Amino acid sequence: MGKRVAIVGIGYSTFRTTSQDVNYREMIFDAAFKCYEDAGVKHPREIDAFVATSEDFMEGVSIADEYVPDQLGAATRPVESITGDGIQGLAAALMQVQTGQLNLVAASSFSKASNVIDYYNVVSYACDPTYIRPLKEHPYFIAGLEMMKYLHGTGTTKEQCAKVAVKNKENALDNPNAAYGSLVSVEDVLNSPMRFDPLGLLDTCGDIDGAIVLLLASEEKARELNKEPIWINGIGWGTDTPNLDSRINFGAEAQYAKLAGQKAYKMAGIKSPKNEIDFAEVDDTFTYKELQHLEALDICAPGDAGKLLEQGAFSSKGTFPVNVSGGSLGMGYSHEANGTQKVMEIVLQLRGEAGKRQLDGVKTGLAFAWRGIPTATGAAVILSKDK
Amino acid sequence: MSGVEKVYGGTGLSASQVEDGSIFVEHDALDCEYTWDAGVAIGRYLQELKNGRIIGRECDECRRILVPPRMFCEICWRPNDRWVYVKDTGTVNTFSICYVNWDASRIEPGHPPHLPAVIELDGATKMIGIMHILGEVDPQAIKIGMKVKAVWKPEEERTGAITDIKYFKPY
Repeated sequence: MGKRVAIVGIGYSTFRTTSQDVNYREMIFDAAFKCYEDAGVKHPREIDAFVATSEDFMEGVSIADEYVPDQLGAATRPVESITGDGIQGLAAALMQVQTGQLNLVAASSFSKASNVIDYYNVVSYACDPTYIRPLKEHPYFIAGLEMMKYLHGTGTTKEQCAKVAVKNKENALDNPNAAYGSLVSVEDVLNSPMRFDPLGLLDTCGDIDGAIVLLLASEEKARELNKEPIWINGIGWGTDTPNLDSRINFGAEAQYAKLAGQKAYKMAGIKSPKNEIDFAEVDDTFTYKELQHLEALDICAPGDAGKLLEQGAFSSKGTFPVNVSGGSLGMGYSHEANGTQKVMEIVLQLRGEAGKRQLDGVKTGLAFAWRGIPTATGAAVILSKDK
Repeated sequence: MSGVEKVYGGTGLSASQVEDGSIFVEHDALDCEYTWDAGVAIGRYLQELKNGRIIGRECDECRRILVPPRMFCEICWRPNDRWVYVKDTGTVNTFSICYVNWDASRIEPGHPPHLPAVIELDGATKMIGIMHILGEVDPQAIKIGMKVKAVWKPEEERTGAITDIKYFKPY
């Protein structure tokens, strides 16, 4: 690992299923303003560069990064956009600080999913035009196939997957930033309308609008600012093949998560993730994904995640809390901000600012995001605070 | 640099071969629909256009009057302060006489060219302007610095869009 870099500021808008009263610029301005205020940065001219994460197809505007600067305070300043998950944007910002040329870099991501009328069309345009689209299947069939193989390959049950939704939606009730908190039972999940067997409606998260801005600083700069630095110890991202039919151990194992995790652990000097990390926010776009990802990230052995979940290991009072925030099932899915939403929870927990859901004595956390259907891309980051 | 260009032979392809399927291609037309939340600033701007007025926002720090309006000043980095109506008259900041249509086809000889222009509105800060089109003008007579005035659609035809102004004409 090169020079140490810390997250020194965080700001976010409210997270809601619709946000008709604000334009995306107003939403991002809200998050950016709060972020710089949080860090004690008086004016964005003190910030050296800006990284935005966006996906043109989700915005309905091409070359959308040209519309980024004003609301970040980045007019006439260096700005670049990353098309990927927010954690990949965070990685780009981290590398900019590590060059030693820049001391403060902001990273933003947001979702205006409610503005995308045909989201499933957008997803379907991400599918291969020769091999998949002519089949004219709703693109979420891929999750059905994968879940089928995951259950088959690991012996995990649908009940265990349902318990992920039960846990995360209940956790969300203690999170004022979560839009999908509720008390549901295993039966509710199992009896919810079947969509892509074995994947039911309540196995799937709903969309959310919202913006998150993070401010990164070099070690020297971090010590001068307001907030306790939250260090980025390791970061990594990985991609399996785009060909669904030739992914390594398709379904049973999330290869991209394994690759991303291994890289982040190596950079952070972590040998035994489950012993050296205190808690995690792990992608749960679909219930089985949380379990599949925990196994790939070496938090437990393949096929053990469902059992450990049932034993309460991943509950907020468990030995390794997972998605205390409510995850995507409880907070809502924020698309390009998916990973940033997870980073946000880790930062709040490490700072002791997580309110009712605050975990005791946590020092190191893991955030992991998947780029969603139909991708096999994931990104992981390890964050920690000084003792 | 010999200056001699060697010509390689080859087999030409034609559009008809693509159309009749003898050359394989993938074809699909995008079908995506979006609705952009106007929010506070754009929402009010469009509402006022429907009313036949142009509104901006004023920043108390840099004293700029911003049109189209936004709710924050990107230079001073603060929420700005108040709504201000500006006039529907202004000055041509720059323009182009366009002989090519939106779909890249050429305008037929004898048909009028498109006349997009940046209009600095009276009452807004100098150098702040809106993009629009010019009308009722001889294209060759357009000059930077020319005074122009909005020609509005009749009230009942306005929808809350920048096209509620038909064009700007010299006055």
